[in-house]
Amino acid sequence: MSMAVTVPSGGGQLRRLGERDRPVVTITIDGAEHEALAGDTLLTALLTAGHRVRESEFGDGPRAGFCWMAACQDCWVWLADGRRVRACSTPVEPGLSVLTRPAAPGDA
Amino acid sequence: MPERIIIVGAGPAGTRAARILAEAGLATVLLDEAAGNGGQIYRRQPPGFRRPYAALYGTEAGKAERLHAALDGFGGLIDHRTDTLVWSLDGRRLMLNTAGRADSLDFDRLILATGAMDRVIPLPGWTLPGVFALGGAQVALKHQACAVGAKTCFVGSSPLLPYVAYQYARAGAGVAGVVDTTPRSAKLGALPDLLAVPGVTARGLTYMAWLARHGIRYWHGATPLRVEGGEHVTALVFRTAGGAERRIDCDAVALGYGLKCEHQLADLAGCAFRFDSPTRQWVVAQDDAGRTSVDGLYVAGDGALIRGADAAELAGERAALALLADLGRPVDAARVAQIGRHLARIDRQRRGMDKAFAYPNHLAQSLADDVILCRCEAVTVGEVRRAVTEQGADDINRAKAFCRVGMGRCQGRVCGPAAADVVAAALGRPIEAAGRLRGQAPVKPVPVAVLAQAELGETQSA
Ligand SMILES: Cc1cc2nc3c(=O)[nH]c(=O)nc-3n(C[C@H](O)[C@H](O)[C@H](O)COP(=O)(O)OP(=O)(O)OC[C@H]3O[C@@H](n4cnc5c(N)ncnc54)[C@H](O)[C@@H]3O)c2cc1C
Ligand code: FES
Repeated sequence: MSMAVTVPSGGGQLRRLGERDRPVVTITIDGAEHEALAGDTLLTALLTAGHRVRESEFGDGPRAGFCWMAACQDCWVWLADGRRVRACSTPVEPGLSVLTRPAAPGDA
Repeated sequence: MPERIIIVGAGPAGTRAARILAEAGLATVLLDEAAGNGGQIYRRQPPGFRRPYAALYGTEAGKAERLHAALDGFGGLIDHRTDTLVWSLDGRRLMLNTAGRADSLDFDRLILATGAMDRVIPLPGWTLPGVFALGGAQVALKHQACAVGAKTCFVGSSPLLPYVAYQYARAGAGVAGVVDTTPRSAKLGALPDLLAVPGVTARGLTYMAWLARHGIRYWHGATPLRVEGGEHVTALVFRTAGGAERRIDCDAVALGYGLKCEHQLADLAGCAFRFDSPTRQWVVAQDDAGRTSVDGLYVAGDGALIRGADAAELAGERAALALLADLGRPVDAARVAQIGRHLARIDRQRRGMDKAFAYPNHLAQSLADDVILCRCEAVTVGEVRRAVTEQGADDINRAKAFCRVGMGRCQGRVCGPAAADVVAAALGRPIEAAGRLRGQAPVKPVPVAVLAQAELGETQSA
């Protein structure tokens, strides 16, 4: 059995209000598999799975985006392949692997 | 050679401008970082979503549909480039990032129709996950069919406050309450101006009445005190107009105090600015057709002056007509006059809006020292105050140099208004005297690869 667990949607910050009839897109969040839907932004995927997008690099706790319109820049995240993307303007793609916590202490 | 005309922003203002110029036979390039035209209010949902126009845009469905179709059939004249961020302006050249590819375009005439974003005032706890900008909460609904929480509390002062709360409740989302900082008396006092455009005002009243009928509490004249929570929001605490402290259990807060212009590109172009007292913000100096102090450069829509979607479309048309006139083309004088009259009516109504949903600048000025003001760099209110009182900063740009407020990734888009109020209060001067945060390239972050490609391009063309 693989270590990956599927995080059910519903326990996160956001509530889906419709448009559930879309193909599932499986992504990985901090190593755990999560089922997003085609057309979700990465911000939506992260916040249906949990309550965080990243850790503030100034030690004041987790952040979860703010403006939803590519203006505040609060939602930049690391992908496992080393790229950084803005979650609210990046659509999910199958296999996308995102890290909301720094890989090692002091690595943020 | 024909003049090279570029429009930045394909919302109501930019779309209408492109259409008017195309009807006159002029070719334009229309640039927008979004995937389709529509802008903020008529933002499109992603492919694969099925909600009909009426569900998405309510009473404005017809306008949304018309605007979305406004470019159809004009592909030969309007070169609409989607996913294209204009990240810098240098003389008569725009620097572009088209989905990760660097490019540049030169222009002779430029219409900036870059829209607006939420204006917020920080409060203790506002960086907790679950606190979002009010317009952002609406984007979540329109663009992603999601509510930002199971029970959202709407906080601030803005015509969008009752409207988005209504949209949430109608869509089946939990609404914990609406906490509006403007007293009820101010709303009544604004009615004469508001009635300059009775339809819009009547609609606004309908939303409030609907909320009341559905048992959703609406507090007028409230003072937000703090957002509570550990890892995410669990409550909003505020003081009522009567002075009692109240706690609303909620798992999300949508926060908004009106809108602010996105005008960084006009700033880079060297446009003159003026302080607009009614909306308490700096705006690009412009004539009534949108001509700026820079020859051949026009502004239109909410990026020029905050006055809503209908005015944005009219202003886009007006700027396009000004451009045509400046090229020596014939322009319908009756239409110009008609737009002028219509905009004057909307302006009167906006004056009412500015009173009915006043900007409570005293909230920023009275924030405690330990509240985070700048989300990007985690700069506190106290650090900004000390930059003034101890280090001698005498305006917002000096304060920025001393304590990094407004220096982060968002370039002060979020903290700018509140930071200016904190600086002004510390100086004991009016807000205008605190100055204006200067724009810098890139106006939004661009990948290093794009910057590198752009530099290479510069060397090659030099
Ligand atoms: C989040 C939000 C929600 C809103 N909701 C409502 C509402 O429900 N009802 C209402 O009446 N009003 C609403 N407004 C107000 C709304 O902004 C205006 O009424 C209307 O959309 C203004 O039209 P516009 O064409 O001036 O700008 P916008 O519609 O904002 O369009 C500007 C366009 O410019 C693009 N752009 C900006 N900068 C760049 C750049 N550097 N490079 C490339 N492209 C760029 C943007 O992507 C955007 O598409 C909202 C505003 C915001 C910010
Ligand atoms: S949430 Fe503001 S930029 Fe993404």
